[in-house]
Amino acid sequence: MIDIDIAINMLLLLFLIAMATTILRLRRMLAVAMILSLYSLLTAGLFMVMDAPDVAFTEAAVGSGVSTVLLLVTLTLTRTHYAKNTARLQWRPLIIVLLTGGALLYGVHDIALMGDINAPAHRHVADHYIAEARNETGVPNMVTAVLASYRSFDTLGEVVVIFAASIGVMLLLGDGRREHRDGDTP
Amino acid sequence: MKDNIILRIVAKMLIPLIILFALYVQFHGDYSPGGGFQAGIIFSSALILYRLIFGLEAGDKAIPRPVLKLIASLGVLLYTGTGVAALFMGGEFLNYSVLADTPVHGQHMGIILVELGVGFTVAATMLLIFDSFAGRPLTTQDAGIEKQHD
Repeated sequence: MIDIDIAINMLLLLFLIAMATTILRLRRMLAVAMILSLYSLLTAGLFMVMDAPDVAFTEAAVGSGVSTVLLLVTLTLTRTHYAKNTARLQWRPLIIVLLTGGALLYGVHDIALMGDINAPAHRHVADHYIAEARNETGVPNMVTAVLASYRSFDTLGEVVVIFAASIGVMLLLGDGRREHRDGDTP
Repeated sequence: MKDNIILRIVAKMLIPLIILFALYVQFHGDYSPGGGFQAGIIFSSALILYRLIFGLEAGDKAIPRPVLKLIASLGVLLYTGTGVAALFMGGEFLNYSVLADTPVHGQHMGIILVELGVGFTVAATMLLIFDSFAGRPLTTQDAGIEKQHD
């Protein structure tokens, strides 16, 4: 069973790399938006393999669903210009990027393995959640219990952020009424 | 796109199912994956599909924009209201244990109310943002992505 998991993980990760490189090479914005959506869908698959259906669900709905739609409507609103990338290879930025990437890769060794019960993140309150969430909240889905009860403040913050985002968009882009179409100069 | 009969029929068949699924995700979120956030997104995607097929005006007729704004605010109000109610009933802010006769019942009730608030706000907010983008008047210069060339 573990081998199948690893195989699926590898396949998904390979596809992710392929998509990322494709996005870098593409010049057509519409295609980039569509492939970003596929990227999110594959990430949702990865979360699913990691037994995190709640996160996978959110990634599939938000990442490949709504944010793609928002990208597409943004593309219809903006003009896009393409310039052929003719810049020559620049050595100094390349060296800086390679050094930074190397440092990050080096740092990866200190990150706890996935599912390691001795990881600092798992030794604080996680035991309490796993043991008591159902008895204390009466909600079988532990993720819901943590999000809506134990960490209710965080979720409240998220909701307020989303609400504020919509207010910001409405202030910037207007009220979404098409009636004053002619008099409006962008 | 409302002249395309295939799109229209398929959308009419899909939209009720998507909304039903959103309600399932909302109210079954205690037992299965999902919750207010996912449900709100799915609900809004059904109505975004409706707007894409039948146009913004039809969408505006289905749920008028002032109502959407009201729902978005109501969600935040429901969330904070649950917290303040707990405050008045002798607990801390957002401590649901005091909301009902037993702490477990109170927690369950609080979680359902709070998730409902999240669902309201997310669904209405996504629609408001989409409308703001899609309803913005296009000028002839800006019209469309099909004029792009590499």
